[in-house]
Amino acid sequence: MDLRSSVEIITEWDIVAARQLGRNEAKKAGFGTVDQARITTAISELARNIYLYAGKGKIEIERVTDNGKFGIKIIASDEGPGIPDLRKVMEDGFSTSGGLGAGMPGVKRLMDEFKVASETGAGTTITTTKWLH
Amino acid sequence: MDKIMVEGINKNMDEIIERWIRRMKEEKGERFFHFMPDHLVEKTSREFAELMTSNISDSSAANTERINDFTEKVVRFGWAIKFVNKAIDNFSDVVYEFLEEQEIINESNLRTFNIIFRNWINPLRESIIDAYSTEWERTVSLQKIALQELSASLIPVFDKISVMPLVGTIDTERAKLIMENLLEGVVSQRAEVVLLDITGVPVVDTMVAHHIIQAAEAVRLVGAKCMLVGIRPEIAQTIVALGINLHEFTTKSTLQRGMQAALGMTNRAIVEVEAN
Repeated sequence: MDLRSSVEIITEWDIVAARQLGRNEAKKAGFGTVDQARITTAISELARNIYLYAGKGKIEIERVTDNGKFGIKIIASDEGPGIPDLRKVMEDGFSTSGGLGAGMPGVKRLMDEFKVASETGAGTTITTTKWLH
Repeated sequence: MDKIMVEGINKNMDEIIERWIRRMKEEKGERFFHFMPDHLVEKTSREFAELMTSNISDSSAANTERINDFTEKVVRFGWAIKFVNKAIDNFSDVVYEFLEEQEIINESNLRTFNIIFRNWINPLRESIIDAYSTEWERTVSLQKIALQELSASLIPVFDKISVMPLVGTIDTERAKLIMENLLEGVVSQRAEVVLLDITGVPVVDTMVAHHIIQAAEAVRLVGAKCMLVGIRPEIAQTIVALGINLHEFTTKSTLQRGMQAALGMTNRAIVEVEAN
């Protein structure tokens, strides 16, 4: 069984494709409606960030297990300009595009684990996991 | 030269078709011919072969009309473009091999035949690709129009109260349309309260929320109040987690509750009357 599936983000409609995939995976993994909505929304935020700031990238969705725990891991990666100030991005209300500035800190709150690796000029990879409780 | 070639092909059409079908069946991952009944395979193959050979001409100016005819018919077969491409490739290969075996093609006229083949196959392929991509573009743009027709109309329900039901994904383009229709409708319908129903919106992320907040703010500027209704429990939880501030306007769980509140805001209520 292939445990990882991915969607390339190039156009705005790919965001819809990515979260559709996320919703299906979450449903298959046995998450309830609330967690399904959380995972889908998180993917939506991450995919939109790729579309807005990097132009293109991809969203990968993977089932993971850890000590009998079961969950879904989302990896959003791009080769865009990178995030110059990570601390600022994680602050509520900070936005460079005139948006709400709730995306990144929002994803962190929606999910259980959250990790950002970013290098200016080389790209960003965000890894985030939701565990099935 | 092309006459000899056409004659050579026509005389041995059966053999060529048979070889071509065999080769198409050998194609990896291609199940098309295996699923079709044999007599149908035979029939479409013959038709395809006839269409292919009808276009051979060694003049560089290709006969556009005949090519269009070919394309139209091939598109009607309903084959996938990859399959058509393979079919054209294999057909020209088979013909080439056959003519070589028959010694119609030999070392002295190889160059001439190369040019004939190129003038024969390339326009066909170009025309096919063009036809398919035009078809796709048309489909996509039609669906876009259909989607736009579905989106966002403001419905006057009571005097001073209007509802806009939102269904489906909200992208940047639709958000713009929603805003326009909302403001225009509020002014023309003289609405005092507008209910935005998001029951049919599958995901409310920060962008969607941002658009809703902007729309509500704009509605406030034209002198009406905006109410957000149809917030499902799971959406409420994601909005809280995202930290989106919706304190500025009234929210209700369902359209029904929203309507009651809207009537209250315009100093009215629905009452039951006793039946006589």
